[in-house]
Amino acid sequence: MSAAETLASSVRADAPPAISLKGVNKWFGALHVLRDVNLNVALGERVVVCGPSGSGKSTLIRCINRLEEHQEGQIIVDGIELSNDLRSLDAIRREVGMVFQSFNLFPHLTILENCTLAPIWVRKMPKKEADELAMEYLTRVRIPEQASKYPGQLSGGQQQRVAIARALCMKPKIMLFDEPTSALDPEMIKEVLDTMVMLAETGMTMICVTHEMGFARTVADRVIFMDRGEIVESGEPQSLFSNPQTERLQTFLSQILRGH
Amino acid sequence: MSDITANTTLHSSAAARRAPISLVGPMAWMKTNLFANWWSTAITLALGYLFIRTGVSFIDWAFVNAIWTVPVSPAGIANTEACREAKGVGACWAVIHEKHRFILFGTYPYDEHWRPLVVCFLFIGLYIVSAMRRFWRWELALIWAAVLTVIGVLMWGGVLGMTYVPQERWGGLPITLILATFGLAFAFPVAILVALGRRSNLPAIKALCVLYVELIRGVPLISLLFMASVMFPLFLPEGMNIDKLLRAQVAIILFAGAYLAEVVRAGLQALPKGQYEAADALGLSYWKKTCFIILPQALRLVIPPLVNTFIGFFKDTSLVLIIGIFDLLTAGKTAIIEPAWQGFGVEVYITLGLIYFLFCYAMSKYSAGLETELNKGRRR
Repeated sequence: MSAAETLASSVRADAPPAISLKGVNKWFGALHVLRDVNLNVALGERVVVCGPSGSGKSTLIRCINRLEEHQEGQIIVDGIELSNDLRSLDAIRREVGMVFQSFNLFPHLTILENCTLAPIWVRKMPKKEADELAMEYLTRVRIPEQASKYPGQLSGGQQQRVAIARALCMKPKIMLFDEPTSALDPEMIKEVLDTMVMLAETGMTMICVTHEMGFARTVADRVIFMDRGEIVESGEPQSLFSNPQTERLQTFLSQILRGH
Repeated sequence: MSDITANTTLHSSAAARRAPISLVGPMAWMKTNLFANWWSTAITLALGYLFIRTGVSFIDWAFVNAIWTVPVSPAGIANTEACREAKGVGACWAVIHEKHRFILFGTYPYDEHWRPLVVCFLFIGLYIVSAMRRFWRWELALIWAAVLTVIGVLMWGGVLGMTYVPQERWGGLPITLILATFGLAFAFPVAILVALGRRSNLPAIKALCVLYVELIRGVPLISLLFMASVMFPLFLPEGMNIDKLLRAQVAIILFAGAYLAEVVRAGLQALPKGQYEAADALGLSYWKKTCFIILPQALRLVIPPLVNTFIGFFKDTSLVLIIGIFDLLTAGKTAIIEPAWQGFGVEVYITLGLIYFLFCYAMSKYSAGLETELNKGRRR
């Protein structure tokens, strides 16, 4: 398995891994959706996961904050092993932010309330402090003026930027992005990608499922190609894209490129 | 039509013009909605004729030919001769005039009627305060507890110089309001817990909630009331007695709880899975997720069916009639048992209907307003 070999070549192999998956297997009923996945992500590393639809990319990152349970293997996030223990689960979810394809903002709360809810109730932050923090992040994603509006009044791109700010307000150590631009109109994709590039420049540990190869090329330290539930190839974006080792990646890249 | 080639008309092409007179105004409305073609005109005329005919004869009966008072002998026997003569031609509102206190307060001691009257106003005040969103704070629970205590004190008495009135003598509107208010106020939290329980991952809790809903929903309310009033005391140890009204009240709470639970569950199921996942991903615990994210949205979605059920149960409280509890409807029925007033049921039932209607219509209007207000500034 080529994934195991490339583990050693990860950018900051000397640092303790932020995320470590060992022999992870998962089934949906009889369907084997993750097959022996091994992956180490170093602190500050930016990983892009790509692959055809149904290849298990989303399932993989949803296992990292346990929106999905894995049945075999070991997942260690920020030094804590994922198990059925609710306390360790809460601890992990506090440190792992997630951005969804369909934004999933809370429509009954204002933008500001969306951002402050978790800091106030999970981090026990005083309301005033949470408001200031939220405004700071909303400024950083360049929509502070929308703070008192409701999600339904914003465009898709704005909503996704709010979703990023909402996750950042928890001051996570790791950010997971599950196809953050797939539900957006073309003219809005750039504003979200720009926000993600900006975030990457701050040194955030990121795992991002996306088909945006331009983003992968400029931002990712490592690109992982998944197909049928397994990691097929893994490596730096330049070498991976210019010199795919497997036929599956070649086919995938040719399809992606034809589409663009 | 605007002409975009000519510079001079460019300006006017942007300005809004008044619609032609043939499109607006009452005449235009009538033309499109009532007299569009020959059969529409025919239906309009036929319905208009029926409407005026029935309207006129109702006004004749209810107001023009109505008898408002009748002489009452010193012994308290009403002389209803005039009413009997006018029967079918004019309404006998005298029955309401004579019996309104009995209808409203039942067999409650006559001299103490101010107490149930104050109770009714307290209930209505409580509804109004609870309906206002600026009072939606935890203090509202205290207000409820305080008001309900005062209501209990007023009804029972026995303190502060008020004579003691046993529950068997309560009746009329206060009973209806007590059954409906306590019934729904307790059934609603039960319903939320049961609805959450039915979606729980814990098999025992889930099974229990399913069992509760299916069992209660599977029997008529009347049979539950009978069980509460006839069967339940048989299981109690000798000498122990639980108030009949309380037993009926519990039956109503259990019944309403099962129905409301299904309404709430519909709201929980209508929420997109992403809302649960987003709350989970932020690290919110189950109860925080439920209270801040899930329930506010789910309940908002089900306001119409929720109010539908509320209105249904407000009226269903009248079923306690069959176990001999003296609610508004029973009191009205009893008021016309007296020989002098027999045969004047229509007037009494119209009045009772009007009282029920006022409460139900208020609920309905309020829910419509609440829905608009809660959805303000939100688009999907």
